[in-house]
Amino acid sequence: MTELVLLRHREIPKINQLDVYKKNGGFEAFEKVVTSMKPDEVTEIVKTSGLRGRGGAGFPTGVKWSFMDNNNWPHYVVANADESEPGTFKDREIMESNPFQFLEGVAIASYAVGATEAYVYCRGEFWELTHVLDEKIAELEEAGLLGDNLFGTEYSLRIYTHLGAGAYICGEETALLESMEGKRGQPRLRPPFPPSYGLYGKPTVVNNVETLTNVPLIITKGGEWYKSLGTEDTAGVKVFSLSGRVKKPGNYELPFGTSFRELIFEHGGGIIDDRPVRAIMAAGASSALIVAEDKALDTPMDYASVRELKADLGSASIIVIDDTVSIDWVLKKTIHFFEHESCGKCTPCREGNYWMNHIIERIHGGDATHDDVELLDSVAKQIENKCLCALGEFSIQAVMTGIERFPQDFEIAVKN
Amino acid sequence: MNKIAEKYSGDIEKIIAKYPPEQKRSAVMSLLYIAQREDGYVTKHDINEIAEILEMTPTEVVALVGFYTLYHDKQDGKYRIQVCNDLPCALRGADEFLENLCENLGIQVGDTTEDGLVSVEGVMCLAACDKAPMFQVQTGDGLKYHEEMTVENTMELIESWKKEEKK
Repeated sequence: MTELVLLRHREIPKINQLDVYKKNGGFEAFEKVVTSMKPDEVTEIVKTSGLRGRGGAGFPTGVKWSFMDNNNWPHYVVANADESEPGTFKDREIMESNPFQFLEGVAIASYAVGATEAYVYCRGEFWELTHVLDEKIAELEEAGLLGDNLFGTEYSLRIYTHLGAGAYICGEETALLESMEGKRGQPRLRPPFPPSYGLYGKPTVVNNVETLTNVPLIITKGGEWYKSLGTEDTAGVKVFSLSGRVKKPGNYELPFGTSFRELIFEHGGGIIDDRPVRAIMAAGASSALIVAEDKALDTPMDYASVRELKADLGSASIIVIDDTVSIDWVLKKTIHFFEHESCGKCTPCREGNYWMNHIIERIHGGDATHDDVELLDSVAKQIENKCLCALGEFSIQAVMTGIERFPQDFEIAVKN
Repeated sequence: MNKIAEKYSGDIEKIIAKYPPEQKRSAVMSLLYIAQREDGYVTKHDINEIAEILEMTPTEVVALVGFYTLYHDKQDGKYRIQVCNDLPCALRGADEFLENLCENLGIQVGDTTEDGLVSVEGVMCLAACDKAPMFQVQTGDGLKYHEEMTVENTMELIESWKKEEKK
């Protein structure tokens, strides 16, 4: 087995303590970039590595950093720790168990874009974790690894946590920035994108926790090393959050390109009571429903291959569904989620999800006719491509593919 | 007199110092949590005080209480048990857990026990999908996760709160 890149706490006990982290090479990468590299050189290494955003969108990280507007200062880095997608629980484990590697990633990103202040936006539910992060940051300041004139240079950096208060939409980067500014978390019209107009109107890089946690080892071992992991389409490793009807749910760090079958049956121990697997959602509740036939199970999990299944890998939050539940029930759950979490800014998302919720209640409750299934599909299609942010799109993926790929479940629901 | 400003001046100063001097408003979310320390919810009085401290309008502050789920505008149980019953947790028995817990407490989902100690509600994903059934407990002092729970050990937890109250 190769060495872990992200979940290193599983191989190195107590890596959440600064002395242990440092003994294992911790903060050498940060010292190296601050004392011997130009910011652009750091960005180049990250570009070479092929690292793409792990929050779901998969945008190349180094490219994002290079978009920062150098005619407008100060610059900010914001780590997106608003992990709220149903089925996603990787960032929490990383921050809880390998916090210094994450914070070193924040620090390196900050140096690369010339930020002297960085924030970690934690969802409010991560209350205890945020307080632990505050302690870790204080330790770093004490140790001279954060603060003024780092390593005897002119570079200074401070990291602060910012606690949210329960809103899925704040995982969307512009909504997150609005929330940080003390407003309701509602997405902004883009462009301009955060690297030109971000926090307080200043150039800002917003990166997911897992994305940033990759960075220290990329600096230490090189971009080519990281690129050699994973597949040609999708470089590197990923923490796959596996949940649902499997025997061993949990986080599994694996190279991109690992098959659904390997994840579910080897790592996840197979399906509870050895029942048949019916459907897979690869990107949490925002996913298209994949029919779990052999071809799908043998598909390598990278962005391009999963797209061939007319689905997205997103944040790689694999929810496994067996034959103990019906797909109309699954939709009831996902629609209820998005109806609750719609920020209310765009009418198609706000009203569409409200009505989809009514219709799916009818269908699942046995009070519907066949027309209601068509109506549900038609409301979903009216949301499509009509919203400011991705939440609107997310809310209809399972609806449209559920009706299309599992029609028998809806026939039964309507008949009953 | 601004009660919050007076009582928590040290905490508030530290929070505001995280942000650029002209961006005090960024501290509003943390100040709302401070306001909840007293009674577990935000009062109209708190809204006005926070608005005054951060130079916002009360309307801007109250809009946040309505938008974010961890702020409350009325008194419920002292301990708010928030059970995740989103899709991944529901695939691992969260709906049954929530129902059985409420039945044991003699309340409906969303209600508060007669003694005012415990409220139980279903909430959206808490990023603990592999540890279902699970919930967080919110009090004025913050939040705490409880994972891989059963109705029995949850009832024991509630008993321990009752004992704590009697002290």
